[in-house]
Amino acid sequence: MNTKVTIAGVEFKNPVMTASGTFGSGMEYSEFVDLNRLGAVVTKGVANVPWPGNPTPRVAEVYGGMLNAIGLQNPGIDVFMQRDIPFLKQYDTKIIVNVCGKTVEDYVEVVEKLGDEPSVAMLEINVSCPNVKEGAIAFGQKADALYNITSELKKHAKQPIIMKLSPNVTDITEMARAAEAAGADALSLINTITGMKIDIHKRTFAIANKTGGMSGPAIKPIAVRMVYQTAQAVKIPIIGMGGIANAEDAIEFLLAGASAVSIGAMNFVNPYTTVEVVEGIEAYMKKYSIEDINELIGAVK
Amino acid sequence: MKQKVTAKVISQKEIAPSIFDMWIATDLAAQALPGQFICVYPGNKSTLLPRPISICEVAEDKASLRIVYRIAGQGTTEFSSYQAGESIEILGTLGNGFPVEKGEGKKVFLMGGGIGVPPILQLAKEMNADKQIVIGYRDSQMFLKEDLENNGTVYVATEDGSFGTKGNVMNAIDENNLDADVIFACGPMPMLRAIKKYAETKNIPAYISLEEHMACGVGACLGCVVKTKEVDHHSHVHNARICTDGPVFEAADVEI
Repeated sequence: MNTKVTIAGVEFKNPVMTASGTFGSGMEYSEFVDLNRLGAVVTKGVANVPWPGNPTPRVAEVYGGMLNAIGLQNPGIDVFMQRDIPFLKQYDTKIIVNVCGKTVEDYVEVVEKLGDEPSVAMLEINVSCPNVKEGAIAFGQKADALYNITSELKKHAKQPIIMKLSPNVTDITEMARAAEAAGADALSLINTITGMKIDIHKRTFAIANKTGGMSGPAIKPIAVRMVYQTAQAVKIPIIGMGGIANAEDAIEFLLAGASAVSIGAMNFVNPYTTVEVVEGIEAYMKKYSIEDINELIGAVK
Repeated sequence: MKQKVTAKVISQKEIAPSIFDMWIATDLAAQALPGQFICVYPGNKSTLLPRPISICEVAEDKASLRIVYRIAGQGTTEFSSYQAGESIEILGTLGNGFPVEKGEGKKVFLMGGGIGVPPILQLAKEMNADKQIVIGYRDSQMFLKEDLENNGTVYVATEDGSFGTKGNVMNAIDENNLDADVIFACGPMPMLRAIKKYAETKNIPAYISLEEHMACGVGACLGCVVKTKEVDHHSHVHNARICTDGPVFEAADVEI
């Protein structure tokens, strides 16, 4: 039975990854799951300098999911490379670093520094965080801006780049095509869906940032639909995510056209989710006598 | 080691209006420290996130934990319906806990306000000190008062004046002319701010337990941060994680 998938020339032992921002750099969850079992760890977004993030409250629960507006708090690339990369290198899993920035130059600086680190397999470019005012999503909601940043980063990146797309657009396939045309090696989707919750007892916003990105099982049908549409629109591989709670959910994304999947908010609900999904996919393949996981990718037309 | 486990409810009762007292049989009790907390997961899948609840007491045989919590919403309403013998999903034990050794042999204030009273019980049980336990409630619907009286001298304040000092825990200190070498406290933010200020005035250390909305409870999501005086060790900004770097901080180190 083959569970290996290849994305932009990088081979992953299985298609199960972690969604950026929900898994730190793996340290916290390594107490619960064996990181060696995962296809890849996708790290929390890292910028050129430390970012303090947003005021609290930063998280709120909503029906079947949650809102967050962390604001990309991170220690900056230098600390990240001294501390987080050596930690992750101990494991037999691929490292994908999520990169964020306020300006194109910020992104370039991080991408260039990571170019010196051969243990980093791929870079995921965060142009879709809805919770920071500058940068990030400003690059991810207009096709021309996305095209420009993608082509600029392609000039500087030594590793293949994954553009992480926002669902908060009129037509995600337009964004996907722009990224592909600019040379993106892969796409990941969806980032969180902008939402809002009001505390009627305190008569205030549940999150200090007023809006937050919604994640969790309640958004899964939207994510599956967008992965399917995008898979029809582009030829580059897709990493699918959005509310995956178990292997059945993960297989839906594969069938819709994703070459790999990421587990996000459900890590908070069940810290063992990632490995349970790995095992559940294997059990599904046995049950249906599927020799190669690649047979599942995009199998539903 | 942190673990998510399915544990058994041993008993549950309402000890004051909307305040529930639950004993849970779990091996996690063996590693529990005063001031640590557990995450409790609702079974209803529309309410996904774990609820952080402080550990109130650890049984002598280290085979069970006690939590005392207030009904605040759907999740805690669900927990309050659990009967003896039912299963409960918990993750623990989490956070750093109170630095008990900082109080050993000293004259201490152990202060709790409202639903911040519960973690003070296990702290009082484990600390060998001249313990002045100062607790505040809204009214005379008090809870855990007798348990605390077995572990120190208890002073009570009630907001409506129906028992003890009228006002808050700071008023109780004044009215009883109390003083201490070190403070340990858990309670609402206005109380913790007053304690921070009091400790600065008296030039004594205060260890305060903070709370914030959490998602993961284990330090990954960066949802529950508090502003710190110094650069924090994780993100190198000024935002420590309450769930893992806390929930107990020295008051002088945090900006609240």
